[in-house]
Amino acid sequence: MLYREAGQFRATYAEDQQIFPLRQDRVAIGVLLVAAFIAVPLVADQYWLSALLIPFLIAALAALGLNILTGYAGQLSLGTAAFMAIGAFATYNFVLRVPGIPILAAFVLAGICAAIVGIVFGLPSLRIKGFYLAVATLAAQFFVLWAIQRIGWITNHSASGVITAQNIAILGVPIDTPRAKYLLTLSVVAVLALLAKNLVRSETGRAFMAVRDMDVAASVIGIPLMKTKLLAFAISSFYCGVAGALYAYTYLGTVEPEAFNLELSFRILFMIIIGGVGSVLGSFLGAAFIVLLPIALNLVVPPISEAAGIEIPHAIISNLELMIFGALIIFFLIVEPLGLARLWQIAKEKLRLWPFPH
Amino acid sequence: MTPSDRGIGAPILAVEGVSLAFGGVRALQGVSFDVREHEVRAIIGPNGAGKSSMLNVINGVYHPQEGTITFKGRSRRDMVAHEAAAQGIGRTFQNIALFRGMTVLDNIMTGRNVKMRSTFLEQSIWIGRARREELAHRRKVEEIIDFLEIQHIRRTPVGRLPYGLQKRVELARALAMEPELLLLDEPMAGMNLEEKQDMCRFILDVNEQFGTTVVLIEHDMGVVMDISDRVVVLDYGRKIADGTPDEVRGNQTVIDAYLGVAH
Amino acid sequence: MGSPVSFFFEVVISGLLAGVMYSLVALGFVLIYKASGVLNFAQGAMVFFAALTFVSLVERGVNFWLAIAITLAVMIVLGILTERIVLRPLVNQPAITLFMVTIGLTFFLEGLSQGIWGSQPHGLELGIQDQPMQWLADRTGMFVSQFDLFASAVAAILVTGLALFFQRTRIGRALRAVADDHQAALAVGIPLKQIWAIVWAVAGFVALVAGLLWGARTGVQYSLTFVALKALPVLMLGGFESIAGAIVGGLIIGASEKVAEVYVGPYVGGGIESWFPYVLALVFLLFRPEGLFGEKHIDRV
Repeated sequence: MLYREAGQFRATYAEDQQIFPLRQDRVAIGVLLVAAFIAVPLVADQYWLSALLIPFLIAALAALGLNILTGYAGQLSLGTAAFMAIGAFATYNFVLRVPGIPILAAFVLAGICAAIVGIVFGLPSLRIKGFYLAVATLAAQFFVLWAIQRIGWITNHSASGVITAQNIAILGVPIDTPRAKYLLTLSVVAVLALLAKNLVRSETGRAFMAVRDMDVAASVIGIPLMKTKLLAFAISSFYCGVAGALYAYTYLGTVEPEAFNLELSFRILFMIIIGGVGSVLGSFLGAAFIVLLPIALNLVVPPISEAAGIEIPHAIISNLELMIFGALIIFFLIVEPLGLARLWQIAKEKLRLWPFPH
Repeated sequence: MTPSDRGIGAPILAVEGVSLAFGGVRALQGVSFDVREHEVRAIIGPNGAGKSSMLNVINGVYHPQEGTITFKGRSRRDMVAHEAAAQGIGRTFQNIALFRGMTVLDNIMTGRNVKMRSTFLEQSIWIGRARREELAHRRKVEEIIDFLEIQHIRRTPVGRLPYGLQKRVELARALAMEPELLLLDEPMAGMNLEEKQDMCRFILDVNEQFGTTVVLIEHDMGVVMDISDRVVVLDYGRKIADGTPDEVRGNQTVIDAYLGVAH
Repeated sequence: MGSPVSFFFEVVISGLLAGVMYSLVALGFVLIYKASGVLNFAQGAMVFFAALTFVSLVERGVNFWLAIAITLAVMIVLGILTERIVLRPLVNQPAITLFMVTIGLTFFLEGLSQGIWGSQPHGLELGIQDQPMQWLADRTGMFVSQFDLFASAVAAILVTGLALFFQRTRIGRALRAVADDHQAALAVGIPLKQIWAIVWAVAGFVALVAGLLWGARTGVQYSLTFVALKALPVLMLGGFESIAGAIVGGLIIGASEKVAEVYVGPYVGGGIESWFPYVLALVFLLFRPEGLFGEKHIDRV
């Protein structure tokens, strides 16, 4: 009863095509945004902001980027971290070499750089498919990292390719506290998530899904495969690039190319598998899950082992984490391939009737 | 009604000397025929005769080694599938080719993609032209949904629908393109009698109300003889007969090709 | 020694021998792909698991051959369990789903093996030195590692053995039938599940051999799982379903990677072996999407 749509009539197509047609959804998202923008900065301490919320938001943005390519357009990529790296290092260079460039402009330009490289590495998708393509995206992962490490100009000839993000400001307000960094990250992620949501429910999104579900049929109804696939690579890489830029400027501060290794690409892939392939919401749920799990393990395991009188070294916990990640991937792919987002949807359908059985 | 009453006009599509081979297998050999505006044209023949290959050549899925295809006065050796669609050729498949991860509504909306002009940037902001287009095309799609009587399954993911309805949704998607030429590959295969009757009615309605030219492959001879104006018969990749249903029915070569096949 | 020509041959030969090591890992991929259509990313983790289990047993005083026997048994059980628990519920799922599930399996196995045996690196000693063969160096001036030759010999025996197994035995024939068409094989009474179990067990065995040789060469540590990354371009080149392709692909990748590293590397700052095989395989695929020995598939619509 709580989540009831009875009495809410949609009399026009415009009403039917709202981003959140149900009143409850609109209220919920409004409350969530108010909480995220106003309550959290007032309440949360530095640890919460810097160690939990900022990495969560950035991971969600990267997962959203991968989800556009893999979940919506059906092209599996194992090179996500490489495009994040491009975003981070491109931002560094824009800020370094273009005096007075607004940081948001630098983010956008860096995202465009990632998108261009994404198009280049997306070209093979026109001839090869499935896991051949997935393996081919590893070329992007390894080549991009190599290039950043070897081309001194990219890192301004710093030792071993480590860069330190410059201090940034927006309209003269310095972004130097965890709170300011959180608000900047949140704003960027919220805007990009809204744009992504609009995109996937319009013509472009339908073209992506058509190519994913059956490419021959898609081309027969007039969807150009080449343009559609390359657009998916470009948009996806743009999102990953901006995520990488935030990773450097609002989270890590000091970045080495190795931070964007294959491990990170896999982690982001895990986020969309667990959260929900082909779902904007799923990108957020999956990111929350993967970011929170290690922290939860480190909180939960030591007290249990203490109570049981055995000492569990930190190495075991990190191995346990690997095992749980692996097992969850296997579990979700077998039991609920559409991930947490699908579980959420099922829960909502149940709530429409709750507490009555019918 | 006589053909002239129904406004059957000049050829809209001409296929000349088309040959297609896969490796050593010759699927089509020197096939020529034409399709006139507003007519219902059937392609029949035993299994493996090359009927589906012929449709695939017409809308650019396969690229023939020889021959030309002339559509609306423009001749070419082969088509690119998405360009064929843009020029007004719609198509359904023998084995249903719907987008299984999408709802009925979204599947049919993809048929309008070819008519949309807004860029991905406008769409992601969801204002102005993108929003207007989305609403206008939604209205058009709803008309097709009404026409094919599938209002009740609008929001259903296509994978959950029974076979007969999936076929109908696929027809709806092709109609959403507002094609001038509609290629139907066994639209009634696997249907029961009632579903077949519905489908026949829809095809004839499309032909009459929208003036769409129809080329269809069908195994049910009763259906073919009832609804088509002219029939092409293929056997082993060659054309063995071409004419009105009555002419084809009496043709000895056709009878021989079908000998032993009960209909 | 010292002439540019003999140096070139030395580079090519050491590349070819390194390529054999890649082929060895690639072989495990091919076996499983042929039988069940799964690109098993976890093959690298299986190699690591085998090597770590073996070396840990030996370090605890278990006899060399007994350790091999125990590890082999563990690998076979692991293979069969994987097939049962992970892959059987996913029969008839898209290939890409199966591929992703094996990435999950990779993480699980990495955590499991280190959870059991600890995360510290180990040395592995097979009794063959990674040194140039003196008599060859004396006669031709070329330095070729005797360990590499030994590894190649083992790989050659393994490949021959597997080829005989597939060509001559009933199980081998059944497996080829399964590779061609699951449904048809099932229809003529081939016990599909049994065949899959056998293949996973054989893949476990191949992982053990690769684990011993790679472990002896690089030491047994976490990074051993990344040998899978060496095998993937080999597979793209050779096709995922061809044993011959795995061998030839390995040799091509090994040789060209070494040649590129030696002759091109210095001009671009070195370290190109991380991506060169992938770019090579990618360029090749653009011209021949089905790989060196793969079959061309015609899309029927």
